[in-house]
Amino acid sequence: MELLPLAQQVIFYLLAIVIVVCSILAVTTRRILRAATYLLFVLLSTAGIYFMLEYTFLGSVQIAVYAGGILVLFVFSILLTSKPGESTDEKGIKHRIMGLIAAIAGVAVCSYALFTYKWPEIAMRDVQSINDIGHALIGMEKFQYLLPFEAVSVLLLACIIGAIMIARKR
Amino acid sequence: MEYTLFILVLPLAMFLLLGLLDSKLKPRVAGILGTLGMTVCTALAYLTAFQFFTQPRNAEGIIPSQVPYNFEWLRFTENLHIDLGIYLDPISVMMLVVITTVSLMVHIYSLGYMHGEKGFQRYYAFLSLFSMSMLGLVVATNIFQMYIFWELVGVSSYLLIGFYYTKPAAIAASKKAFIVTRFADLGFLIGILILSFFTKTFDFVTLTTNPTAIITESAGATFLGCSVASWALALIFMGGAGKSAMFPLHIWLPDAMEGPTPVSALIHAATMVVAGVYLVARLFPVYCVTPEVLDLITTVGAVTALYAAIVACVQTDIKRVLAFSTISQIAFMMVALGVASDTDLHTGLGYMASMFHLFTHAMFKALLFLGAGAIIHAVHSNEMSEMGGLRKYMPITHITFLIACLAIAGIPPFSGFFSKDEILTAVMEKSTFWGIWMTAVAGLTAFYMFRLYFRIFWWKDTDCSHHTPHEAPATMTMPLIFLALVTCVAGFIPFGELVSVNGQPYHIHLNWSVAATSIIVAVCAIALAAWLYMKENKKPTAMANATRTLHTAAYRRFYIDEIYLFVTHKIIFGLICRPIAWFDRHIIDGTMDMFAHVTQWTSARIKGLQSGSIQGYVWILLIGTLLIATITICCCL
Amino acid sequence: MEIPMIYYIVLSLVMFFAGVYGFITRKNMLMMLISIELMLNAVDINFAVFNRFLFPEQMEGMIFSIFAIAIAAAETAIAIAIIINIYRHIRNIDADNLDDMKY
Repeated sequence: MELLPLAQQVIFYLLAIVIVVCSILAVTTRRILRAATYLLFVLLSTAGIYFMLEYTFLGSVQIAVYAGGILVLFVFSILLTSKPGESTDEKGIKHRIMGLIAAIAGVAVCSYALFTYKWPEIAMRDVQSINDIGHALIGMEKFQYLLPFEAVSVLLLACIIGAIMIARKR
Repeated sequence: MEYTLFILVLPLAMFLLLGLLDSKLKPRVAGILGTLGMTVCTALAYLTAFQFFTQPRNAEGIIPSQVPYNFEWLRFTENLHIDLGIYLDPISVMMLVVITTVSLMVHIYSLGYMHGEKGFQRYYAFLSLFSMSMLGLVVATNIFQMYIFWELVGVSSYLLIGFYYTKPAAIAASKKAFIVTRFADLGFLIGILILSFFTKTFDFVTLTTNPTAIITESAGATFLGCSVASWALALIFMGGAGKSAMFPLHIWLPDAMEGPTPVSALIHAATMVVAGVYLVARLFPVYCVTPEVLDLITTVGAVTALYAAIVACVQTDIKRVLAFSTISQIAFMMVALGVASDTDLHTGLGYMASMFHLFTHAMFKALLFLGAGAIIHAVHSNEMSEMGGLRKYMPITHITFLIACLAIAGIPPFSGFFSKDEILTAVMEKSTFWGIWMTAVAGLTAFYMFRLYFRIFWWKDTDCSHHTPHEAPATMTMPLIFLALVTCVAGFIPFGELVSVNGQPYHIHLNWSVAATSIIVAVCAIALAAWLYMKENKKPTAMANATRTLHTAAYRRFYIDEIYLFVTHKIIFGLICRPIAWFDRHIIDGTMDMFAHVTQWTSARIKGLQSGSIQGYVWILLIGTLLIATITICCCL
Repeated sequence: MEIPMIYYIVLSLVMFFAGVYGFITRKNMLMMLISIELMLNAVDINFAVFNRFLFPEQMEGMIFSIFAIAIAAAETAIAIAIIINIYRHIRNIDADNLDDMKY
C-alpha cells in the first residue's frame, strides 16, 4: 500500500492529532461513557498507525480485539455500574497536580532521552506477508511461537471461565 | 499396729466426704458423720496408746518405738529422700491421745455451738482436715514429713480462723495468722535444709540416735560465731516459735480468736500451738548438742511467759485473756525444754515436765475455751463488762470453768499443779533466777485466771431484764464435764513412767519446797483477785488509774502490733517496697512501655505510606523511576 | 515512509503519560482501567514502531504486540468481572472506598 508522501504526512498528522486529543480527553472527561468513546477513537487511530507502518495484520487485530471486543466490554460494564449521564468524580486538586507533575516530568525525561539518543539509520524493507505471520505463530522453530500462542489461547479460555465465575450472580 | 494408719486416713476421708458433698448433706448428718469418724479415730488412738504403753520394755527399761509404716515418697539422691510414714514413740502416742480427745470433744461441742450456722458442713470438713494434718504432724517419721503436715495445719488454721469469711476482722486475722506463721516457717524450712545438708538425713531416728557424732562431724563449720548446727536448730526453733506464738511472733494468736470458739479451743489452745513445743521435743537430743540454742529457747520462753501474763491481766475480751494465757503456758513448756538436758533422768526432768504440761494444759485449756464458748453462746458477747453473776444461770459451766481455773493456777489436786510444779522444779534446779521469774509468772497466771473467773461468774448480779442467760445444751456441757473430769484426774497419771527424756521410767516425786512456794503464791494471787473482783467495786478502776501508763501499755499489748505495723508499713513497704515498686513501674515497665510507645508512634506516623491506594503507589513508583532516570542522565552528561 | 520514527514514539509517549495521569487522578475503577488500556496501547505502538524501523527484517515486535493485545483482552475481562462483583457488593466502584481490609 504505497501512499504519496504528502498524503502520508497528512494522514499521520491527522491520526496524531486524534490520538493526542482523544487520549487527553479520555482521561480528563467527567463522563465515563465519553471516556470510553474517546478511547475507541484512540484505539482506532492506533490501528491506523499500524496500517501506516504497513502492519496490516496487527492493525486488524487491534480493531477486532481492542476496538471491537474490549471496548464493548467496557461499554457494557459502564452501563451496568453507572447511571446514564452520571459524571464521575476526579480526585482532589492535590492529586490532579500530582498526576500532572508525574505526567509532565515523565514526558520531559523521556523526550530528553529520545531526542538525545542517536538512532541507527536502517534501510527500510518490505514487511513480511501475512503468510509469514501465520507460520511464525504456529511454527515450532526459532522465532516461531506455537507455545506462547497455545499458552495465550489457554489463558483466554481460563479468563473467560474466570470472568464468568467472578461476575455471575450467586 | 498397722491400724494406726486409719487414724490418719479416717479424718482425711471425712474431710473429702464432707468437703466434696458440702451442702448436699444435711448439716446434722454432716456433723454426726464427722463426729462419728472422730470417735472411731479416738478409739483407735486410745487402743494404740494402750498397746504401746503396755508392751514389754527392753533391757534398758525403754519402751521401744515403732515404725508401722514408712515408704519412700520422694528420692533426691542415694542418701537423701523424703519418706512418709508413722513413727510411734512415747511423745507421739501421747500427742495422738491429746489431739484425738480434744478434737472429739470439739466435734461434739460444735454440734451444739455451731448449730444453725451457715457453712456447718464446711466447718466439719475443715475440722477433719485439721485433725488429719495435726495427727500426721505428730506421727511424722522425718522432719520433712513434719514440715508438710506443719503447713497443712497452717492452712487449716487459716481456713478455720477465716470461717466467718464475711467478717472483715476474721479475714484480717486469718491472713495475719497465715503470714506470720509462714514467715516463721521460712526459718523452719531454711533450718531443715541446712540441717539435712550437713547431716544428709531427714529421719528423726537417725538424727536423734547419735546426734553428737552427726552434728560435730558434719556441721563443724561456724558462721557468725556459732556453729552451723546451732544456726540450723535456731532457725528450726523459729518455725516452732511462730506456730507456738512465742514472743515476738505471737501477734497472730490473739487475733486468731476471731474464729469460732471451738476452733480456738482445738487449734489455738490445745493442739496446733503446741506443735512448736512438740518440734523441739522431737529434736530434743539434737538440741542438747547445742546448749546455746537451748539457752535461747529458755530466754524466749521466759520473756514470752511474763509478757503474755502481764498482758492477760488487763484484757477485757475473755477470749483474748485465754489467748494470752495460752501463749504464757506454752512459754512455760518451752522454758521447761530449754532448761532440760539429756544427760540423765534428773537433769532431763524439764523434758518430761514440758510434755506433761502439754498434756494437762491441752485438757484444761480446751475446757476453758469451751467454757468460754458456752458463756459467749449465752450472753452473745466477748466482753467481760457484759458478764457477771453468771454462776446462778450456768451451774455446769461455772463448776467446770472453776476446775480449769484452779488447774491452770496450780492448785492441788488438779492436773495443772503437778505439771507446773515439775516445770518450776526443773527450772529452779537449772537457774534460780529463771526459777523465781517463772514462779512469779505462775502467780500472775493465777491472778489473771481468777480475775477472769470472778468477772464472769461473780462481780455483779445481772439484772437480766431483757435476756436471761441459760445453760448450754447437753452437746456442749458433756464435753465440758468430760474434760473437767480429765483435769481432775490427769495429775495422778504416772506420766514420768511413760514419757521421759531417755525413755527410762521416771518416778515423779513432788519437790515440796518448790510446790509449797508455788501454792502459796497462787493462793495469794487468787486472794488478791477475789479481793478485787469478787464484788462489784471501784478498786480495779482505781488501780488502773494509778498505773495508767503501764495499764494502757499492757492493754495495747505493749504496742507490739503497732511496732510490727510500723516496721512493715513504714520501713519495709515505705522504704524498700515502694522504691522497688516505683523502679519496677517507672524504669522497668517504663522501658518496655517506651519501646511499645516508640514503635506505636513510628507506625502511626508512617502507616500513611502504606495507604492501600494503588494510585499513590504508582505515583511514587513513577517519580522514583523518573528520579533515577534523571540522575542517570545527569551522570552521563 | 517519510515520517521519522521519533514522531511515532513521541505520539506513544503522549498517550502513555495521558494514561499515567488518568490512572493517578481518577477514582472510578473503570476509568483507571481505561487509563491502563491507553498505556498498554502506547506500549504496543512502541513495539511495532521499533520493530518496523530498527529491525525491519524481523517481526518479533509485532508478534509481541499481538500477544499483548490478547493478554490485555484477558486482563480486561477479569478486571471488569471483579469490578462488577464489587459493584454488586458495595454499589460503588470508587477505588477510595475499597478500604475494608485496610489496617
